Amino acid sequence: MRPLPELTPENTAFWTGGAQGELIIAFCGDCDHAIHPPQLVCPKCWSEAVEFKTVPGTGTVYTYTVNHQPWMPDMPVPFALAVVDLDGAPGVRVTAEVVNTDPETVRIGQAVRVTFANVDDVWFPQWEPAQ
Amino acid sequence: MTLNAAITGVGMSDIGRKTNRPAILHLAEAVKRALDCAGLTKDDIDGISTYPGKADNSPGMSPLGTGEVRNALGLKTRWHSAVPDGPSQMAPIQVAAMAVATGQARHVLCFRALTESSSQTATRRASIPGAGRARLGGWYSYLVPANAMSASNWAGWMAQRYFHEFGMTREHLGLVATGQRAFAQKNPSAVMRTPLTMDEYLGARMISSPLGLFDCDVPIDGACVVIVSAADAAKDCAKAPLTIEAMGAALGSQETWDQRTDLTTMGAHDSAADMWKRTDLKPADVDMLALYDGFSIFVPYWLEALGFCGHGEAKDFIAEGNIGPGGRFPVNTGGGQLSGGRLHGFGLLHEACMQLWGQADGRQVADAKVAACGMGGGFIAGSMLLRRD
Ligand SMILES: [Zn+2]
Repeated sequence: MRPLPELTPENTAFWTGGAQGELIIAFCGDCDHAIHPPQLVCPKCWSEAVEFKTVPGTGTVYTYTVNHQPWMPDMPVPFALAVVDLDGAPGVRVTAEVVNTDPETVRIGQAVRVTFANVDDVWFPQWEPAQ
Repeated sequence: MTLNAAITGVGMSDIGRKTNRPAILHLAEAVKRALDCAGLTKDDIDGISTYPGKADNSPGMSPLGTGEVRNALGLKTRWHSAVPDGPSQMAPIQVAAMAVATGQARHVLCFRALTESSSQTATRRASIPGAGRARLGGWYSYLVPANAMSASNWAGWMAQRYFHEFGMTREHLGLVATGQRAFAQKNPSAVMRTPLTMDEYLGARMISSPLGLFDCDVPIDGACVVIVSAADAAKDCAKAPLTIEAMGAALGSQETWDQRTDLTTMGAHDSAADMWKRTDLKPADVDMLALYDGFSIFVPYWLEALGFCGHGEAKDFIAEGNIGPGGRFPVNTGGGQLSGGRLHGFGLLHEACMQLWGQADGRQVADAKVAACGMGGGFIAGSMLLRRD
């Protein structure tokens, strides 16, 4: 059973946007800086006018790994984990499992799009090939 | 430049896998050996320092706190520190150096104790952050729930990107692993001492690509102690003091493993740059290196961070034979954590000190006088230059 994140004012939009099929990222309302992991103050200008905005949900694989080790007893392996540079949120990467493809085919530079997996009150972003 | 602090003694317990020996017994053994090494008694110890402090939610990962060690060993300390957030596994050494340099203590007992091997079961791994907790917070709550549970995965991302940019291959990392194994064969206290060939390295099962079994350090049970003393107090000790020439620390990027802008660098680059600013010594003055090798890929990162070669050049530097037995800049001459076992950097410091004291039997680097030490992976890092005059 995978551990779940505790939901907080700064991260609830990120973890629950998937209920509407949306990937939601925190942005500064004053200077438009994209903030991830999300927080309630802009690290660039210290504005508290943080907004949560839907981004396209597409991106490019910056790096990845294929995990072969079952870290928990019920963990199916192998699976790929990708760190993805996000379209529409400069400087932000979202790290997630890659699904709906052979893990061994994942490559740096690959275009991916988001999909979600729901567990309890959390919608995990996951990546799948964009084409 | 010279800090008013020195290492005067080190001690390591008999380490092993699945020893089922309580942590305090491992530690007591290491403390006794460190005191003997320094020519001190327990009453001389007036400070105690550890990383990260007692971790009740992570069995075996950090089973001892400063207070219970003080109680158990009857120490008369007045200064203490436990550092979960700090310049890596080197934090307790760096904090102790500052304590003795500012007159708050004379001889600080810095320790790391683990019973990680005995605590590991089929369903429980101490190394998974937040293991056993119902809901996670903090930076790893963006990784662990995504099934990126292990530092193996996070280091795998770094290695994959580095391979992509600079053409490193698994054979290069294999030279790190087999080279350190060759050192371990000459170190009676290393846990992995059978020969390791490149074919065995390449044929081992994958953990998190491109990192396989022999790219990962080995969980063990054991303890290690480093005594940090004020410079004037160090003169009365049994051995030549190992002066701390300079230190560097860094939290030079976001506190997560996946958001650093360039994952072909890590916190090491920030801390190493800080360290070199504070000394006239240069990499060419260094005789041996103690580099954190939680994963083999950290070694080339540290070599580049410390300026032993340029960015992207570590694969050639390694292939030229610089870091293994007989090399110009031998790294982790006791076998490192890949073959010696994971004492969170303390074992590497132990080896560096033994080399500088000329006591690394069978693997001694001739006339070693300066050691460069780098601890940490990902965003955390601490660096230190040790010098025997
Ligand atoms: Zn702002």
